[in-house]
Amino acid sequence: MRRSAPRGLLFPFVLLVAAAPLAGQQTLTVFAAASLTEAFSALGARFEAEHPGTAVRFNFAGSQILVTQIEQGARADVFASADQRWMRYAADRGLLVGGAAVFARNRLVVLIPRSNPGRVQRLQDLGRPGVKVVLAGRQVPAGGYSREALRRLGEAPGFPADFDVRVQANLVSEEENVRAVAAKVQLAEADAGIVYRTDVTRDVASGVLQLEIPDPYGPIAEYPVAAVVDGQVELARTFIDLVLSPSGQAVLAERGFMAAGGTTPR
Amino acid sequence: MTRPSWRHPAREALCRLIVLGLAAVLAALLALPLLSLLVRVPIATLLAEVGEPPVREALWLSLRTSLAATALAALLGLPMAHLLATRRFPGKAALEVLLDLPLVLPPTVAGFALLMAFGRAGLVGRALSVMGISLPFTTAGAVLAQLFMSVPLFIVAARAGLTAVSSRYLDAAATLRASRAYTFWRVRLPLALPNIVAGLGLCWARALGEFGATITFAGNLAGRTRTMPLAVYLELQQNLGAAATLSLLLVIMASVLLVAMRQAGLGLFAPLHAARRAD
Repeated sequence: MRRSAPRGLLFPFVLLVAAAPLAGQQTLTVFAAASLTEAFSALGARFEAEHPGTAVRFNFAGSQILVTQIEQGARADVFASADQRWMRYAADRGLLVGGAAVFARNRLVVLIPRSNPGRVQRLQDLGRPGVKVVLAGRQVPAGGYSREALRRLGEAPGFPADFDVRVQANLVSEEENVRAVAAKVQLAEADAGIVYRTDVTRDVASGVLQLEIPDPYGPIAEYPVAAVVDGQVELARTFIDLVLSPSGQAVLAERGFMAAGGTTPR
Repeated sequence: MTRPSWRHPAREALCRLIVLGLAAVLAALLALPLLSLLVRVPIATLLAEVGEPPVREALWLSLRTSLAATALAALLGLPMAHLLATRRFPGKAALEVLLDLPLVLPPTVAGFALLMAFGRAGLVGRALSVMGISLPFTTAGAVLAQLFMSVPLFIVAARAGLTAVSSRYLDAAATLRASRAYTFWRVRLPLALPNIVAGLGLCWARALGEFGATITFAGNLAGRTRTMPLAVYLELQQNLGAAATLSLLLVIMASVLLVAMRQAGLGLFAPLHAARRAD
């Protein structure tokens, strides 16, 4: 009321410069694995609806890149990794507050362009010379799981023992996150790539074929989440609570993720 | 001159101080990161990492691809530079914009565009793949990405050099009944050579540093498409020592090139100065 005529002109500018403290606005920054893009965006929208005045900002990338960024001082409140390895790495360097909770699990599939230029009909074909295989890099969680799957398939009946070596010989590119693998298949540049089942979004599904990696050869990806040490820990915990809550779990299940301790939704 | 207040000594001193201060800020802004790189990598790490396969492979691949891209730039760029320097024709302005575009285009966009054209499902790539030629995920693809991003620098410099050759020499050659080809090879080209060499240097440096178009179009595989900039990006996620070593090597290579060009009177903007001096 005291902020009348002359200052009124300035007000929008002040608001712009100092939006957060003035309006009681706060921003929650979530660093999340690339494969969580759609699911976490939906969770973010829900969180914003449940907490008026709070904006949720995401940084989606390969978990290995997110950890490096946090280690180098990037401001994050929540870190959600696609594997335990990078969560442990963060914990070992004192980047986290409290323990990490596993909130989802995931499965791998082999993705093939619908035009199937490499004539990949079954998993064994990945090892046939000349098939162009794209995987996530060794450091990327999906890349680690993919290589584990190839190793295990070498022990499966009907597969050569050196299956993983044969497939690695067909490798034409190592991508920095799992979504980049999906994109290379979508563009039909790769004959096959290994991604999470949840990466086959409706947008992707129309242009690709999928091969399941049968149990027990396909490793199950585990997604842990934790609060970051220099972040807004209370706010971070509120978000993590949402992720672990039944309604948060429902959002993840809708997009094909498996419950943390649960079974495969088929 | 009509504003004596500006010539007040105190005011002038203040102005000078501000100019010097801002210049110092900028110099520090550019020098600090590069110096930090030097300071934070122990020489022992550097020496140990240079011999390691990831660094060695990337270095060798980068040298091969960037030199190939530079050679192609010379082969394809020189006729274009000559055309632009000597002829006027309809559509020249559009051609010039096209040739400048890669200089300002985000490299990722260039890489994506290359995929749309030369990818297996691309406009040209479809025909190429029928012929058994494939560019994405190959070393040739990495060279193409580098060429796309770096050839404009060569053309700018070469063209400036060719344009700057004084018409007196060309007229003299003509009165002596020298053929056009003879005049080009024996008069115009030698006179423009410093600019052409400078252009090649810049082109090579740009090709050496190419990242976005390469990773988007050619992918990222050790020994095949993982050039030094890509290796830096990858090693940042697993081995900071290797990342720092590769970065330092790139800084050294670029610095040596720029210093050498300066020593030869071919600074970065020498082509433009030369063009102005010539007339």
